[in-house]
Amino acid sequence: MAAPRYRPLQSDRDDLRIATLAALALAIHVAEAALPSPLPGVKPGLANIITVTACWLYGWRVAAWITVLRIVAGGILVGTLLSPTFFLSLAGGLGALGGLAMARALPGTGPVGYSLLAALAHMVAQFTAAWWLFIPHPGLWLLLPPLMTAAIVFGVLNGIMAQAMIRELGSQPARDGHEAT
Amino acid sequence: MTWTDRLLLIAAVAGVAALYPWLWGERGGEAEAVRIWAGEEEYARYPLDQPRRVEVPGPLGTTVVEIAEGGARVIADPGPRQICVRAGRLDTPGDQALCLPNRVTVEIIGADPRYDSIHY
Repeated sequence: MAAPRYRPLQSDRDDLRIATLAALALAIHVAEAALPSPLPGVKPGLANIITVTACWLYGWRVAAWITVLRIVAGGILVGTLLSPTFFLSLAGGLGALGGLAMARALPGTGPVGYSLLAALAHMVAQFTAAWWLFIPHPGLWLLLPPLMTAAIVFGVLNGIMAQAMIRELGSQPARDGHEAT
Repeated sequence: MTWTDRLLLIAAVAGVAALYPWLWGERGGEAEAVRIWAGEEEYARYPLDQPRRVEVPGPLGTTVVEIAEGGARVIADPGPRQICVRAGRLDTPGDQALCLPNRVTVEIIGADPRYDSIHY
């Protein structure tokens, strides 16, 4: 008997968390894409509630996976994959992950701080990408102050929702059967 | 909300509040002069601090430009759609009014130009 030439992949606890939370974030992302926006560029970014929650409960690595999966799968579902929208979204997502990394480095940051820093970094990264890739026009920066204001508002609101979600998830023992023993 | 969160929020609000005067404040510097083109050539250049009325000849007739109180505007043009007249008062460096049928361009220039051209 020859030894099997493949090794069955075991999905570990984090894989299942990533898959579940990414699916949840994706559903929110797609639902939100269907909503009309009052101003171009202003979106609540509700999917980031999931990212912030995941970063708080399970660490930055899980949050990074969820973000990238959500953006790529969201691009496929909404039909913007590899379009300018997609690259702006990706730049924003990576920026937000940078913001989360910063929030983790600061002492005593709560979920609201996580969400706020992620939202601000998201907006700055998106503007930088828009400037570099698409619109190197000085007029672009006129949009930054109002959009940063929106980032603060939605960052804090999403943070409050993430905090509620974390409280809910943390208040009872996880019983999904996939916990490490 | 922890104290770090509150401090972050205060810093963010202060930072974004500072963005408004920084990015929305004075743009493009001081308007200094108006440059008028007729066809391919620069027809004239006048400082904006002296009021005057300029009549620029073109293939269709005369385009009249008025300079007053640090700005300029086209007050009459033979073009059919009056686009340069409706451009209104020009007082920021880079502002332009184009009277294409009559081949006249009115442009405000400042100490340092905001941009060379805009493409849509």
